Amino acid sequence: MSRMDLLVRRAMFEGREVDVIVNEGRIVEIRDCSAEIDLEEFEQVEDAYGLQLMASMTDVHVHLREPGFEYKEDIRSGLGAAAWGGFGNVLCMANTSPVNDSASVTEAMQEKANIYWPEGPRLFPIGALTKGLKGDELAPVAELRDAGCVAVSNDGVPVKNTDLFRKAMDYAANFGMTVIDHCEDPYMAVGVGVNEGEVSDRLGLAGQPDVAEALQVSRDVLLAEYLDIPIHLAHVSCEKAVEIIRQAKARGVKVTAETCPHYLLLTDEWLAEPENEYSAMGKVNPPLRTERDRQAMIAALNDGTIDFLATDHAPHGMHEKEVEMDVAPCGISGLDTALAATWALVQDGTLSREAFDRAWVTGPAQTFGLPVNRFQPGDTADFFLFDPEEEWVVGPGTMHSKGKNTPLAGTTLKGRVKTHFLAGKKIV
Amino acid sequence: MQWLHKDLLDVSQLSRSEVMSLFETARHFQEINERPVKKVPTLRGRSVVLFFAEPSTRTKTSFDVAGKRLSADTFSLAKSSSSLTKGETLKDTALTLQAMAPDAIVIRHWCSGAARFMADLLDCSIINAGDGRHAHPTQALLDGFTLYQEWGDLSGKTVLILGDVTHSRVARSNVILLNKMGARVRICAPRTLLPRTVKSWRAEVFHDLDEAVRDVDAVMCLRLQLERQKQGLLPDLREYASTYGLSARHLEKASRDVRVLHPGPMNRGVEIASDLADADCSLVLDQVANGVSMRMALLFQYMTRKGGEE
Repeated sequence: MSRMDLLVRRAMFEGREVDVIVNEGRIVEIRDCSAEIDLEEFEQVEDAYGLQLMASMTDVHVHLREPGFEYKEDIRSGLGAAAWGGFGNVLCMANTSPVNDSASVTEAMQEKANIYWPEGPRLFPIGALTKGLKGDELAPVAELRDAGCVAVSNDGVPVKNTDLFRKAMDYAANFGMTVIDHCEDPYMAVGVGVNEGEVSDRLGLAGQPDVAEALQVSRDVLLAEYLDIPIHLAHVSCEKAVEIIRQAKARGVKVTAETCPHYLLLTDEWLAEPENEYSAMGKVNPPLRTERDRQAMIAALNDGTIDFLATDHAPHGMHEKEVEMDVAPCGISGLDTALAATWALVQDGTLSREAFDRAWVTGPAQTFGLPVNRFQPGDTADFFLFDPEEEWVVGPGTMHSKGKNTPLAGTTLKGRVKTHFLAGKKIV
Repeated sequence: MQWLHKDLLDVSQLSRSEVMSLFETARHFQEINERPVKKVPTLRGRSVVLFFAEPSTRTKTSFDVAGKRLSADTFSLAKSSSSLTKGETLKDTALTLQAMAPDAIVIRHWCSGAARFMADLLDCSIINAGDGRHAHPTQALLDGFTLYQEWGDLSGKTVLILGDVTHSRVARSNVILLNKMGARVRICAPRTLLPRTVKSWRAEVFHDLDEAVRDVDAVMCLRLQLERQKQGLLPDLREYASTYGLSARHLEKASRDVRVLHPGPMNRGVEIASDLADADCSLVLDQVANGVSMRMALLFQYMTRKGGEE
């Protein structure tokens, strides 16, 4: 009998201690841990005693900044943060410089990924929806698909012209490409990354109203229904938007939606706490909302109205965030912290384990047609070993991303990835 | 009173007794301003940087005069002459200024939170001379001092703040200060010029000036930035002046001894009728004069404080 590729011994899985057998990149078997196993039958043996066996996660909303802004992040560092963060599949946004609106940019991104991380994390670029993200002309969607893009989006620059957006949805659908939309009415959402409400009024900051998001969600849902075409709504943040999505799903509209860990963890009150007042670390688009919105996001993720989570990983140089709120860029670096931060929500009962798995594993993979590991025989062997007890303090010394911009800096999280395998190969 | 605060970011951080202490100190310094030789050696050898990243005439001059009358050395830095125009960050500008070892920096900046940002970075005292639409504590203190001089006690008095509250740091700080001193506060403006959550403020909110002005003891007019029309916040200045511009006619409904204030610069004929700005009930020039006394009081307190932290 020929030897199997990999044996992971004594991992914790669904409350029991298991051995995992992997061959040719796929799960062969998961079975209760046995003392009699013959280690000679395996090319490689990994001792996972005390570690949790978890399926690799997918992050569909990441800014890797390369090409153009490599000082914030590059494909090498970004995928490193993903690998250590538990992510096996990463979809990167098109707001690079040049914008990813041509095959050559897509291919350059993939080439970099293959050079630095040949075994993964796997990089799936998202192409621009319009040329240069300018909202004037359609980007070459077929070319982008053929080059390897898995979806199209105008990223943080919503298309103002609704007729053009309708045509973009129609055109992208020709090629089976789902449109991802950043939902905000661009005329109304002119604030600086803080929710319009008591906090913004108190601090004297121009706020973004939640209704600006909900208006665009309404538009997108109505278009998806009218055209009978799927649409994916990025980083939904407010209760009003959730209600619209809930009703649309009940009508059978092909709408999927994501939210981000920070909308489950923080509210705009963070910006008003004495130690954080006016800190641009909490400046994100859409902005951190109210406690009522936070609770609505948690409920929506638990009941499936929100299909899954994405980090909206937006790394920036620290010098860009250490400025006045008005002039700081929006964004939170999220790849390093997403797993531990949301795992804590499972531990304290806020999120169900089922919702967690859907949020990071099955939901995003199904929506964008990516490999998914349910630990069934034949599934791609994408998994990581997680120490749920290891505590670590978020900060420059513990983050793999170049972007250290996070409102969680200085907080202690529990849970670390110790080893990560993709298709049976150890990536970290 | 021993002054423990390092910075003045907004009036919310001051207790009522600290405000009263500032009023009393300002009253003391007022006498200096009436002398033939308007200068005392109180702050000799101390230096103040006046860092005005946004245009200002009266606040900057007022601080300059205040500092000089106390014999402090004052240094002016405007955005146009600072490295901010060369792309330098506020952090680097702040650290550069600190390296020159001033005792205090007075900062005016177009971003809300800029004074807090400086205060977190630097060891010297930061005095907020207006940050974005957030706070203008020295204006509120001089306004309060002006009314205190008129009335002796603000308790039970009703003060109407009239105009563009949304974009006004003066309004935000005055609502806090007036409440602290026991006054009742009213606010009046069209809904487009009121913050969305203004109902949660400690103030009665009106949209009708005739109603708002009834029985008030003072009206504080706010300057209307003329570009608000282009932002769709109001149709035109003519309509604004006719519906929200304060005139003598409105004051007939107010208390008999009503006082009118304006932080300046005024748009005569827009938020305030020109004759009213010059009328006996107008305290506009008293505000300017008291501004110097109040800023002398502030510089004195902050630059002679004996350590301690907030």
